[in-house]
Formats: sequence, structure tokens, C-alpha cells
Amino acid sequence: MIKKDNIIFKNLYGRNDPFLKSAIQRGDWKDTKKILKKNPQDIINIIKESGLRGRGGAGFSTGMKWDFMPKSKDKQHYLVINADEGEPGTCKDRDIIRNEPHKLIEGCLIAGYAIGATKCYIYIRGEFLNEASILQKAIDEAYNSNLLGKKIKGSNFDFDLYLHYGSGAYVCGEETALIESLEGKKGQPRLKPPFPASVGLYGMPTTVNNVETIAVVPTIIRRGHEWFSKLGRKNNTGSKIFCISGNVNTPCNVEEELGIPLKYLIQKYAGDVVGGWDNLQAVIPGGSSVPLLPKNLCEDVLMDFDSLKDAGSALGTAGIIVVNKNTNITKVILRLSEFYKHESCGQCTPCREGTGWLMRMMDRIYKNGATAEELDLLQEVTKQIEGHTICALGDAAAWPIQGLLKHFRNDLLKKPKKVDKVA
Amino acid sequence: MSQTSFKKIAEDKIQPKDFAFDRDNMLLAKKILKIYPKNFKESSIMPLLSIAQNQNNGWLPKKAIEYISDFLEIPEIKVLEIATFYSMYNLSPVGKFHIEVCTTSPCMLRGSDEILSFCEKKLAIQVGDISKDKMFSLSRVECLGACVNAPIVKINENYYEDLDLNSTDKLINNISSNKKIKIGSQSGRKGSEPRKSSYDKKR
Repeated sequence: MIKKDNIIFKNLYGRNDPFLKSAIQRGDWKDTKKILKKNPQDIINIIKESGLRGRGGAGFSTGMKWDFMPKSKDKQHYLVINADEGEPGTCKDRDIIRNEPHKLIEGCLIAGYAIGATKCYIYIRGEFLNEASILQKAIDEAYNSNLLGKKIKGSNFDFDLYLHYGSGAYVCGEETALIESLEGKKGQPRLKPPFPASVGLYGMPTTVNNVETIAVVPTIIRRGHEWFSKLGRKNNTGSKIFCISGNVNTPCNVEEELGIPLKYLIQKYAGDVVGGWDNLQAVIPGGSSVPLLPKNLCEDVLMDFDSLKDAGSALGTAGIIVVNKNTNITKVILRLSEFYKHESCGQCTPCREGTGWLMRMMDRIYKNGATAEELDLLQEVTKQIEGHTICALGDAAAWPIQGLLKHFRNDLLKKPKKVDKVA
Repeated sequence: MSQTSFKKIAEDKIQPKDFAFDRDNMLLAKKILKIYPKNFKESSIMPLLSIAQNQNNGWLPKKAIEYISDFLEIPEIKVLEIATFYSMYNLSPVGKFHIEVCTTSPCMLRGSDEILSFCEKKLAIQVGDISKDKMFSLSRVECLGACVNAPIVKINENYYEDLDLNSTDKLINNISSNKKIKIGSQSGRKGSEPRKSSYDKKR
């Protein structure tokens, strides 16, 4: 369990005000002047050694991503923050934006300095209007205190930070779709390579990072990579905000060390499964895009990138969706299939057509039950989508169904019971 | 992320004859242009569409799309393409209170289907409809990103969270009678903290 002193987001629940004075009392913006005197490469190395992995879903090493940026400064470099949070089950960035905006802004400044970016756009989902106005106010405060803008705190570093509002498209959470959207186009992912670090926003070198990833950077720089890498487990260092939703007694967000047992998280913070632990049916541990875990695997699985991968799922965004036995699990996955069908951008045929196939087949199975052949066909369709699309949305549509087929095949073959009532 | 008929371009007879930014929005639009590089004016399409939609009671008439295309000197089809791709742009009129009920799995697990059908009954409209008096419109949307406060309803720009049928009923009553309503959780929570917990006090 995380020690109180190691908690990064002290104002996660918004008990204190989010703005500058209060943020400084919480330790934000300490030693900014000193940090901007460091060699940018040293900052990248600290982040590398801390073992910080991207908090947006893929879990790629943040320091390595930064290191991919070209070192020469002959082109404009961009930092883009992905605040287009919309993965079902995930609501951590919203809390950072509305309650700890200065951690994000300070993180942008330090990351921008490290990768040589003097301009940064925060792409925030359009629905978060109230959150965005808090963030905008915090940005204005930072400009007024010379924490953003020209020659920050007596250094030679200029840094501009802008908010850009999305307008409702899940696919824009994919980094190249987000770049397309920022450029004023439909949010359709680009083929990689070239990666954004060489050809990104407006054709320039660009790094796209998740809100939570960037917001933990200042604390790592101040407290050192040793401190951060002592939290969590090997290769899965640090703390992480977990979002626990669904059939639990007290759904909540909570910051904990990576590698915390799933059962502990659910019982300690979320007030246990509705109807008690034995009433648990399955957990989707990493936001809607990952395969579910049936109860027997939930007993002792640890919540980190590698442990969940070994258990046949993924940490994703750490949005934990709990499903109890009073709920029809087929309906839960069917609803996700509807979601992916709605959100497919339409660029790649396997995803555009396949998500519709999946949804219609799931609907039929939910209503009428399935034969073994139908389930084999469903599995086949998921395999035709998975890996055959430009971005991971196709995979994300396939995995929840594959998880269902893997762990609940026998239940699907039974005639459907009408157990729709939500607890 | 709306799934409804508000994405259909409105019939000609209800399309306004003209559209132009008012004075405040013109200033805002010019400010927005400045945050993107001069040779990438397309970046301003999305924010300008949002401003236009706000100015026009929550929906985008054809004239607004034409206007933004002229304003940015960008082909109209490019602007229309953005307006149809992104789900927050409405191309036909919405009510004074546009109610969007999140129904994706985390909300569904906490009763959003019941909330949606309750809203349909209470407002006597179906998903995708606008009420006769133009006060309410109802939409079924995808994940609003506040899952630990599910179920969630978004009304105009505000989220109302931790709902049940009683609090939804109260919410709609209060809105209809122009009473002030608390934004956010309707169950007495501040944010996303565990509701009752000994752990809570320690932090």
C-alpha cells in the first residue's frame, strides 16, 4: 500500500482549490529555475531511469519516447498532451485537470524543455468544458507568474501552452488521429512510420503524451528517479491512478503503487463487490479495450503492466470495470461492441465493417444464445479484425469479445437467462 | 458522442437565412486563429464550429458552415466534413436543455438504461427527439469519461453524476422550473473519492 508521503496527486479529490497559491503549497513549481538550468538530456535520462511507462494505455517508456526526438533545433518541435480521455472505465485525467492542473502545466514545461519543444497543445475532450475552464485559468496564472511565456524564470527558454478542444471522437485518443484532428481534419490515424517524433504535428517532430504521464514528471524530477523506481515493481515502477467503476459499493479513483493486488484495490477502496466478493463474475481491468478476467483470476492478480499481460489481459488505462453475478456479462460486452462500432473512424475496412459484424452477432447471441459454430465464427471475425487495421481500435473491439469467448464459452452455449437487472 | 438524429442536416424550412459571428465571438475567433501557425488555418475549424454552435442555441445551420468556410478561406466541404465526423456538432435544432445520457458499459452497470427510459417517459420524447415546446431534447451518448461517478447525464455543458431515478426526476423538475442546481455529484460526494470509508479520513 502506498505511503501517504509518496502520493503524487495530493489534491486528487478536490478538497483544496486547484489554483496556483494552493498548488505551490502542495509543492508544485518548486525549483523551476533550477530545473530549467539542467541539461535537457539529463532530464530525459532521469525519466528513463525512473522507469516511467506511459499512462495512456500502451505503457511505452516515456524517457525513450522523448529520446526519439531529434536533437537538432532547426525545426519547430511540438509537445502535444492527450487529454481526450474517453476509454470506458477511465476518468483519471479529468481529476488531474480539474484538481491538479498545475502539475500538468509544470509537467508540460519540463517535458517541453527536455525535448526542445517551445509550443505545446493540450488536446482536451470537448465534453470537459468545466474542467477545461479550470485548466485555462491555471494556464493564465502560470503566464502571469512567468512560469509560461517568454524567458521563463530568467532562463533562455520560451514556452507557449494552448488548449485545443476536441469534439467527441474516441479515436482521437490515438496519437496520430489526435494530430490529424489538431490539424483540422477528421480524426483518422496515420500509418506509422514515420512516427510523430520525426513527422508529427504540422509535419514537425512531435511527442504526444498522456495527461497522467506528464503530470507525474515534475515530482519525479524533484524527488529523483530512485524514489520513483522504488515504488511499484520491477519494470512496473511508480504509482498510478486506478479508476474503479461498475458493480462495487463505493466506486472511486485512487492513487496506488503499481503491482497492488486487484482484490485489495476493490475491497479496500471500492467497498467490495456489490453482494460481496463471492458475487464477483468478472473484471475488465484496464479500460474497455482489454480482455476481461473471470473471478478465479481476480483472486491474486497484481495490477501492473506485466502481471496483467501474463494473466491474458492488460493494464491499459487502469480503468477497472467490475461486473457481478447479477449482471448479464454478454450484455456488458455487447454494449462495448456497440461503442466500438460507433467510434470506428471508417478508414480501414476490417474495423469499419467488422465492428458492425461483431455488434450484430453479439446482439443475436445475447438475445437467442449461440451454437458452437456461431461462437467459432465470432472468434474468426475477431481474428480477421485484430492486427489488420492501422490503429489499435480494431484490436480494442476484438479483445473484449475474445476474452468473453475464452472464459465464458460454456455460459454462452446455454440458453440465455433473463438476468438483466442491474444491481 | 451522440448516436442520434441531431447529426442530420436540418430541413431547409428551419435553416436560418443568415449567420455571422456576433461581436464577442468575432474577437474570440480572431484570438483562436492566433494560436495556430498562419499557414495551418484548418486547425481553427473545430474551435470555430464550437463557437458558432454555442451562438446558435446548440446547433449548426448550413449558413454557419458556409460562414466559417468563408472566414477561413477553406472549401466548404472541409468544414462540413468536420461537422459531420465529430459527434458533438449538432446539425439540427436541439432543445434549450439538451440532455445526453451516457449508456456505455460502466454507466449501464449502474442503471443508465433505466435512467434513459425514465427520461423518455418523463419528457414524453424518444431518444433523438426534441420536445414540442423546444425545451428538451434527448440523446443517448457514448462514454462521457466520469465512470466512477456513474450514471452520468450531461445537460448542455454540465455533468450531473451519481444519479438514480429519484435524483434524475428532481434534476429535470428543477431545470424545468429554472431552479439553481448543483453541478456534479447528486449524491453528496465532492469528486471521485470513495463515498464512505475510514481510509478517506487518512488522506
